[in-house]
Amino acid sequence: MSISAGSYRYMKDLKAEKPNEMVTNGVLSSLQNFLRKCLIAILSYGPMPKHIAFIMDGNRRYAKFRSMQQGAGHRMGFSALIASLLYCYEMGVKYITVYAFSIDNFKRDPSEVETLMQLMEEKINELLENRSVINKINCKINFWGNLDLLCEPVRLAAQKLMASTAGNTGLVFSVCMPYNSTSEIVNAVSEVCAERKELLQSEHAGDCNGHAANNGVHSEISVADLDRHMYSTGCPDPDIVIRTSGETRLSNFLLWQTTFSHLQNPDPLWPEFSFRHLVWAILQYQRAYPYLEQNRKLAKKQL
Amino acid sequence: MPSIRGNVRVAFEFSLPSVCGNVRVAFEFTLGPLRLQEAFVASEASVFMNQPPPHMSRPSIIIKLILGLLWTITHLAISFLNLWSHLIYSLECYLISSGLLRKYQNLHLGRLKCLAIVVDSKEAKSTVKVKQLLCWLSSMGVKYVCLYDIEGVLKRSFEPAVNVSRDRTAGEHFGIGANIKDLHRSQREMVIDCLSGSDGKEGIAKAASLLCSTYFNGDTHGDGKRKPAFTEADMASALKAVGCGGPEPDLLLMYGPARCHLGFPAWRLRYTEITYMGPLKSMKYGAIVKALYNFSKKHQNYVLQIRYTN
Repeated sequence: MSISAGSYRYMKDLKAEKPNEMVTNGVLSSLQNFLRKCLIAILSYGPMPKHIAFIMDGNRRYAKFRSMQQGAGHRMGFSALIASLLYCYEMGVKYITVYAFSIDNFKRDPSEVETLMQLMEEKINELLENRSVINKINCKINFWGNLDLLCEPVRLAAQKLMASTAGNTGLVFSVCMPYNSTSEIVNAVSEVCAERKELLQSEHAGDCNGHAANNGVHSEISVADLDRHMYSTGCPDPDIVIRTSGETRLSNFLLWQTTFSHLQNPDPLWPEFSFRHLVWAILQYQRAYPYLEQNRKLAKKQL
Repeated sequence: MPSIRGNVRVAFEFSLPSVCGNVRVAFEFTLGPLRLQEAFVASEASVFMNQPPPHMSRPSIIIKLILGLLWTITHLAISFLNLWSHLIYSLECYLISSGLLRKYQNLHLGRLKCLAIVVDSKEAKSTVKVKQLLCWLSSMGVKYVCLYDIEGVLKRSFEPAVNVSRDRTAGEHFGIGANIKDLHRSQREMVIDCLSGSDGKEGIAKAASLLCSTYFNGDTHGDGKRKPAFTEADMASALKAVGCGGPEPDLLLMYGPARCHLGFPAWRLRYTEITYMGPLKSMKYGAIVKALYNFSKKHQNYVLQIRYTN
């Protein structure tokens, strides 16, 4: 592929350079790419995760430690996100999910929420206009969450991006925004109820006797019914959940889907998360894989 | 041209002495039938060798063997690193339990209202270890413990020991059974709540069924809105009503071969700090003290604010 994650980060930091320096940097960059591909080939010998979820924690701390402006940390975080996306694509990871904005985050300082919303709108519009990254990885973008809570410009931009990438068959990139696992579960329950109600109404229309027993049968909801109505329906459960900056909470993220996910809490802040951290994460996953896979198979048998 | 048929299995195994007994390091990998598993590797191999990608060519076997060897060496190196850090960790735990490290001597457990323990179901069968763990926690002053394992082994082993039957409202105290003698000796009453996989997703499904039937009974003529507007508070009440309510643990200690929560009830896991403790068979008193100490030092952004507003 002509655009690699290393090149993306490199291009973002590019300043005016002399021709000699550019050649040297170009050679170094090619060497880096080659070494990276070798490392990926070695890693791919073992089991590779199909779905990785990221909780992108540490943007504000990153800005604070470097005395940057408040929004600058989130911008650096966005660059780290695109780089990680491209690295994951190179490694053959098919599904990436990120926790971009929690419903609880609306309780933050309004100016910060406003900055974040503006950043999201800007980045979504950037992706809509300049489709090089999306097209290279044939990315399908989903937005998981209660989109009605977003302000109109952001919601419309998100819906437009989802619609324009709906037909893509490559990497599936799901952005959880604004999202809560508990609100996802409640949403699924509401949808199952609505579905059952329609079924009941259509049966009631056909049969005028309206038995109470039918009500009982229709109100029995199973785990599989709820699974079908989660935002993540169609995606496999995450193999790895990575929360950066060393925090150990899940903060209401994918609680339903992470029964057998390997939870990892690397110390680097999200803008510092890079290829070597991703490699380390996958190596840790490969060591836990036999146990996780055994448990998943056992759970499937019991269903 | 010779070709390898069937699977070839390569295994390395050796024992290393350590402070916690012999540590067995075992590694094995299988060279499957010679179809290159990853398309990426196949394409790189053919590009590298300047040949079309045949399935059984010698260069691809050699590349596969080299990759396998490098992968195994990488994981062996990580195993050695882990062993080394495990030795240091064991030493630290020994120092903590012998009282030599002053900062761990006075634990302030004011913020720890509820502690959860998640155990791998196979390891949970060792009830002696679990009882020992509960004794330690009781002696440290932990007031409320949720025991969880996905298959319900802990529920079957420990629930009969509890005196008062489970009450459906959250936060009800019930006594400790006479079987757990050590806990009586510690003179501190500790509440033990036993959970299993059926309190997780299945519990949520039961609560959903309750909400659904209430919704149907309240609106039998179908004149209401298309989609019911349930809230998280409705769901929380429904969970309490079906017996899956309970306090949210502040800290969760995971005992098992790998770091995952194994389906701990979602409604009680939202803001819980999760600490991985390793296998139950090598549990250490000092490790628990360290985990509780680290928890007491943590600063949570907005969690307290969120909890009190919900």
